[in-house]
Amino acid sequence: MSTELGLAVRRRSATPSSGTNIRTNTPQVSKIVDIDLCIGCKACEVACKEWNDLPAEDTSNFGSYQSHEDLSATTWDLMRFNEVELPNNDLAWLIRKDSCLHCEDPGCLAACPAPGAIIQYQNGIVDFDQTKCIGCQYCVSGCPFDIPRFDPTTKKVYKCTLCVDRVTTGLEPACVKACPTGSIKYGATEDMIAYGEAKVAKLQARGFDNAMLYNPAGVGGTHMMYVVPRGEMLGEYGLPSDPNVRSNVSFIGLLRNLRRLGAAATWAGLLGLGAFWLRNGRHNPPPEEEAVEEMLLVGQHGGNGQHAGNGANGEGVEEPPVVVGDGSTEAKEVS
Amino acid sequence: MELTRRQFLKGSALVTGGAASVSTFGFDLQPAHAQVRQLKISQATETRTVCPYCAVGCSMIAYTLGDKAPNTVPTLLHVEGDPDSPINAGTLCPKGASTLQLALNGNRPAGPMYRAAGAAEWTQVSWDDAMDRMARMVKDARDKHFTEKDEAGNTVNRQTGFAFLGGATISNEEGYLTAKLMRGLGTVYLEQQARV
Repeated sequence: MSTELGLAVRRRSATPSSGTNIRTNTPQVSKIVDIDLCIGCKACEVACKEWNDLPAEDTSNFGSYQSHEDLSATTWDLMRFNEVELPNNDLAWLIRKDSCLHCEDPGCLAACPAPGAIIQYQNGIVDFDQTKCIGCQYCVSGCPFDIPRFDPTTKKVYKCTLCVDRVTTGLEPACVKACPTGSIKYGATEDMIAYGEAKVAKLQARGFDNAMLYNPAGVGGTHMMYVVPRGEMLGEYGLPSDPNVRSNVSFIGLLRNLRRLGAAATWAGLLGLGAFWLRNGRHNPPPEEEAVEEMLLVGQHGGNGQHAGNGANGEGVEEPPVVVGDGSTEAKEVS
Repeated sequence: MELTRRQFLKGSALVTGGAASVSTFGFDLQPAHAQVRQLKISQATETRTVCPYCAVGCSMIAYTLGDKAPNTVPTLLHVEGDPDSPINAGTLCPKGASTLQLALNGNRPAGPMYRAAGAAEWTQVSWDDAMDRMARMVKDARDKHFTEKDEAGNTVNRQTGFAFLGGATISNEEGYLTAKLMRGLGTVYLEQQARV
């Protein structure tokens, strides 16, 4: 990929077409998080902060091994520690790396009204361009995974970039490189899916009957997938079982369609007007001009009439406050 | 030229329609490529080093800004695992991944701190003061607790007045020197965290 031009763009927010991009054969890249291998060490969190020059936050102990309570504008990657009780009185510690899933069909991008503020590169990475972000936070409500975070100081929204700067130059994302157990892997999407499916089969053979590859079809698949050993507990992991973009941004989608409808109507009207002008527009028939002048005259008279009407209304308006005053005195008496 | 109301309406409709068509239909003036933010280590100097923290000895690459020109002071930009290392193959633990903060950290004291006996506050002292005081106390403790011969009459030449704890960030050579110094003083309680 040419670095002079940057990465080819598949989709831009609030832009009808994808421009002149024809590089549709660009290899798709993905991360996969094998939850079975994760030991919850948070090296990915630290590596993310370090690479992206993000400042530390004051944290407090809230009864969990989790470092921060939630993602934030400066914490793009967070290990979530969910401790749940199993039916057989056993405990399960569901540790999950929570960061942007880079949906194939991103809800944030569909919701974003700022042209180019959210970009999906041809390799599948979904990135925010804060210079074009208008801080409306539609992406926050449009995201089915609750990932983007608004920063009140800069009034922009931030999230994981899948280290697009590293990926473009052939490096792996920072979290992937740091991961000491190989729980986070990175590569071509089909290779990652193949790894995930093989791992799921292994887990099922080991007794995790509901083990699954989390690559939800509702958002067209994600460029960060999970191997989930306890597939029956997706909710406890904090993963929506059937994330859907359209339900989140249906209102905005409706507006988009209305805009197209409006554009079509504009064209139709324009063509109709042009046809009418070609047929009748070259000579101005005198009767019509007279009619227009008559209308103008009528308009002047009508204007005077409206003034009189306004005056009458003004007089009428003065009456209601008396009624309101009565009402308020009554209220005072009651109180 | 005389402009009738009808002609004005026609003209304005044409202009509005044209503008609407350009902005919503077909003619996409957006670039097909987006400029990705620049790799922050693209011009950095790579230096191979070893993680200072624990006994595993993970290899790391320290990226420093600048070409070591004499008029510059290199700045540490980034530290990440060395993929060529057989020990960690590029990975790092959370502490190792934060090694940058060993060098760039506003929360670390910039020099030796001293808290006088009974005082509540730490004060910063100069390295000279700190070294003088340490030397004085080492000498006093050693003089007071030095044992030349034990009860059985064996020559032991040991001092039991103080112990030595070597930190993890001490390099191999520094570790050798500190061990040499402490053995020379007769210290028997000698411990090093540095094992790499």
